[in-house]
Amino acid sequence: MKSLLKTGVAAVAIFAANVAQADEEANLVINEEIEITVRTDAPAHAENLSTIYSGWVFRSDETQSLQMDDFENPGMIFVDDAIDTWNTVEGSEGNSCASCHGEPESMAGVRAVYPKWNDAAEEVRTIAMQVNDCRTEQMGAEEWKYDGGDMLNMEALLASFSRGLPVNVAIDGPVEAMWELGRDIYYTRYGQLDLSCANCHEDNYGNNIRADHLSQGQINGFPTYRLKNAKLNGVQSRFRGCVRDTRAETFSVGSEEFIALELYVASRGNGLSVEGPSVRN
Amino acid sequence: MKLTRRHTLMMAFGSVVATMLPMRAFAALDDEVAAFTGGAEMGSEGITLIAPEIAENGNTVPIEVSAPGAEAIIVFAAGNPTPAVATFNFGPLAAAQSAATRIRLAGTQDVVAIARMPDGSFVEARQEVKVTIGGCGG
Amino acid sequence: MAENVKPRVRVPRDATAGEAIVIKTLISHTMESGQRKDGDGNTIPRSIINRFTCEFNGELVIDVTLEPAISTNPYFEFQATVPETGTFDFTWYDDDGDVYTDSKDITVG
Repeated sequence: MKSLLKTGVAAVAIFAANVAQADEEANLVINEEIEITVRTDAPAHAENLSTIYSGWVFRSDETQSLQMDDFENPGMIFVDDAIDTWNTVEGSEGNSCASCHGEPESMAGVRAVYPKWNDAAEEVRTIAMQVNDCRTEQMGAEEWKYDGGDMLNMEALLASFSRGLPVNVAIDGPVEAMWELGRDIYYTRYGQLDLSCANCHEDNYGNNIRADHLSQGQINGFPTYRLKNAKLNGVQSRFRGCVRDTRAETFSVGSEEFIALELYVASRGNGLSVEGPSVRN
Repeated sequence: MKLTRRHTLMMAFGSVVATMLPMRAFAALDDEVAAFTGGAEMGSEGITLIAPEIAENGNTVPIEVSAPGAEAIIVFAAGNPTPAVATFNFGPLAAAQSAATRIRLAGTQDVVAIARMPDGSFVEARQEVKVTIGGCGG
Repeated sequence: MAENVKPRVRVPRDATAGEAIVIKTLISHTMESGQRKDGDGNTIPRSIINRFTCEFNGELVIDVTLEPAISTNPYFEFQATVPETGTFDFTWYDDDGDVYTDSKDITVG
């Protein structure tokens, strides 16, 4: 069965020659100002990779150029929306985000280290979990839906103020158990197609799956504005889509499994720049 | 969804309709072109259409049209269910008779740009854009 | 009123008289095409921005008719001549009757 599948994958690659080819040598500078590291040496714990690449590298010239200027990047519309939200008081405590954090510029560097350990709660937190903790604990406001519009807008804002800074997610200490769970999931084959994350994004990045140019599945660019659905897309929703495409029952957005996977996949991108909101196909 | 015989029949019918679509669409295009040009002959000089040869996603395809001196440029997507895309009318303060935008293409097809010149003549540019189908959730 | 519609415009702050300047506009709008169906198979009604205009001191730069084939969050880039100091006015017309506007001043030195 496995050899059959491999033949199938090879056939797909052969038949999908007629596709938009990316300029894999291109460099990304946003607004002629923010230099983005889109390729660099892989961290030691991504032991099967020598170089790590941002998904931007694998996109066509037209898609790449949409991310070079904030005015052309439709994802920045949602950052603007989130700046309004940032300054809006909500909930029982009379606070806005700005009440505690001041200007959103003060959040520079925050996105780069998430997911990370929270001592008080004794759990690994994604940035979405931390935002919701702020909302319920500091603001007395309702939680936002995981990967819902409000949350993704705010995640895009937080990412945008960390653009150009290197992803630097901790993998040891208290997060180690979750990180190892994430790695196990990454290398586990799921679904009727019997595919792991690694089968596509480690073994076959740079190849085509049908007409699509496979990336390394790095998540430094999330949330991502996809041309396909013309809105921001969250990391864990992308995970769910991938697992669904293997024809498996998927884990839920916000589940422990996907939090672990987000931690692990984020750590594989240590050294790439934060670049959200990115633009992808 | 359970695949019943009725569904299968409907799907088969759907594919017949799909294969008939281009002819219908082209007829609609001819009508719309005639509405703009009045059926006049069209030249091909003095108009430029820039579009990607291959688009990664048909939902957002960047295009640019330019026709120095034109009064108006109309853009069609020949294979869309409704071919009209946009009409650019240039005023006296347009520094160039050119514009760029992002358009939806229902599949691989020709994009057509026609300019109306001040002397009442028309020029046309046309380019095929291949729309690829993505690998993951298309 | 369509939700969260927000115009954005980029115009240089100053120019020389008669200079050709590049203008970019982007407005958040779903541009519902009228071709899609919802989960129950009912057609989702068309709801788009159908016209966009740019004027400078009351004189026309560009007047665009938009059809449903214009992508979500309509983007335009075009060029204008600036004869004197003044104001660009941008107007977007929604199918539902709403009108969205923005304006930008430019100084000719």
